[in-house]
Amino acid sequence: MSILVFVEQRDGKLRSVTHEALSEAARLAPALGSPVVGICAAAADPGLASLGAYGANEVRLAANAAFARHDAAGYTAAVVAAAQELKPAAILFPASAIGRDLAPRVAARLGVGLAADCTALAAVGGKLHATRPVYAGKATQTIGFLKSPAMASLRPKVFAAMSPTGATATVVSQNFSYDAAASRARVTGLTAGEGGKLDLTEAEVIVSGGRGLKGPEHFNLIEDLAAALGGTVGASRAVVDAGWRPHGDQVGQTGKTVSPKLYVAIGISGAIQHLAGMSSSRCIVAINKDGEAPIFKVADFGIVGDAFEVVPALTAAVKKLNAHG
Amino acid sequence: MLQVVCIKQVADTETRVKTGADGKTLDPNGVTWIMNPYDEFALEQALRVKEAAGAGEVVALSMGGAGVQTTLRNALAIGADRAIHLRLDGPQPDSLQVARALAAEIAPLNASIVWLGKQAVDDDQAQVGPMLAELIGAPCVTVVAKFELAGEKAMVEREIEGGREVVEVTLPAVFTADKGLNEPRYASLKGIMAAKKKPLEEKPAVPGDPNLEILSMQLPPPRAAGRIVGSGVEAVPELVRILREEAKVI
Ligand SMILES: Cc1cc2nc3c(=O)[nH]c(=O)nc-3n(C[C@H](O)[C@H](O)[C@H](O)COP(=O)(O)OP(=O)(O)OC[C@H]3O[C@@H](n4cnc5c(N)ncnc54)[C@H](O)[C@@H]3O)c2cc1C
Repeated sequence: MSILVFVEQRDGKLRSVTHEALSEAARLAPALGSPVVGICAAAADPGLASLGAYGANEVRLAANAAFARHDAAGYTAAVVAAAQELKPAAILFPASAIGRDLAPRVAARLGVGLAADCTALAAVGGKLHATRPVYAGKATQTIGFLKSPAMASLRPKVFAAMSPTGATATVVSQNFSYDAAASRARVTGLTAGEGGKLDLTEAEVIVSGGRGLKGPEHFNLIEDLAAALGGTVGASRAVVDAGWRPHGDQVGQTGKTVSPKLYVAIGISGAIQHLAGMSSSRCIVAINKDGEAPIFKVADFGIVGDAFEVVPALTAAVKKLNAHG
Repeated sequence: MLQVVCIKQVADTETRVKTGADGKTLDPNGVTWIMNPYDEFALEQALRVKEAAGAGEVVALSMGGAGVQTTLRNALAIGADRAIHLRLDGPQPDSLQVARALAAEIAPLNASIVWLGKQAVDDDQAQVGPMLAELIGAPCVTVVAKFELAGEKAMVEREIEGGREVVEVTLPAVFTADKGLNEPRYASLKGIMAAKKKPLEEKPAVPGDPNLEILSMQLPPPRAAGRIVGSGVEAVPELVRILREEAKVI
């Protein structure tokens, strides 16, 4: 029995979340099932053979001109067709915007359960167990599957992609039927995000600002530090609700869930709803003038101090480090 | 135009989470129950659509034990016209069970729009909307941040990585609401009085067999005690050294 993995592409480019999901499938394969088979819905082959380097034995291409854009109904048809043909032990998705939209549709069609946004997977006695945060990250649940295939989506940046091997995957075409013209929901365009800004869910480094910054005009402090660290800017809800930053910047329970290598929280108190979005970050640094702020309970390292003094000094120190190595 | 808003009653996000006696689920003692915050955006949008049309009906639908009726009364006080309570006692069903029970109720209603929150803040699965849409054979747009209706067509925007997708949808359809879609209103005193007279119908839920089982619930291991490196600007060099040499993140 195989493991099927949804291979995500956008604008004809494979996304790194795909490497993470394939690598995890390859790790589970000896205990759960092999081969590892990818299924990609795209307008044309985005270079699927290269996915062999991340553990895919075979990748199926479901091609349709409509798939130049995200097409939820079409992607569902493609993945369901692959699942019905292969009868995999498990199907994995990235818990990306597309994956979280697609996986439940596939699960409903197949009549099976799905564990969303998982942070750990294990094969126990040949069966998949999925661990995922609940209650805003205040607890985790481990879930077992009563029907086959087991289905799970994987939180981006939590599962490490393997170092690419020299292998290549066999690319075959997937039989499926879908009439894009008959679809009643159609993506007609994209609003550009802020000029090339890397999305928070994909960033290795995030510098977030909170109400402690006092006003939108002071976010240049956050932007400068983010630039020096090669990272992206995030924000607390208080700041977004005040209109200082767009909603796309919000980290937390009603914003984005992020798991970067480094998360710097500046002038953020660390309310439970904020922690829900960032506590799976690998290293957390807090700068806050209140030494009792709850953010220090989750931070690995902290400085108690005024952001208006500490942040420029930190930015300067990082820049110096970058210049001198 | 008939709109259905699916509403879940959840533990308040400030709840101190303790594992119940079964080792698998939340200990309900001392929990305050609220309307799932994302469902507030869904309900608000349904009311706005009805107000813009000058006619129509908004039905609030929820599944759960007897306590769920408090949240449904709140939905009626905010402005829903009537409510349906699918009664289900016992452990929380999985998402597909919920979607099946809701679908069985919704399918015969011929609603133009079914609204849900993008996810429930207790289990954060974000599944019931798209599952329900599949079961009733309707198109679905998840994580909706902007909504405009023109006749039978909706122009919506959904949040994706680094921007928003613009989606054109022909009704009937299912939408799941994100924060930012609108500013939800509160129940007024007049609304609360009116809600007492609005119909709230109770029926048994039909969720079918479970698809998942919860094996255990764990409280996460506390993160290793953080280290306050120091205070003020003087602490900066040491922080930079730690991030580079110990944490190896810069
Ligand atoms: C249902 C629900 C969902 C929510 N979802 C989210 C969410 O997704 N994300 C989120 O972030 N919040 C969310 N919240 C809100 C959350 O509860 C907090 O209100 C919010 O996170 C507070 O933002 P803040 O830390 O920026 O502001 P505050 O709580 O006002 O904290 C500001 C901090 O800045 C510090 N400070 C002040 N001046 C300085 C200075 N000069 N230098 C350094 N530090 C300084 C203060 O000591 C304080 O700790 C949600 C709330 C609810 C009820």
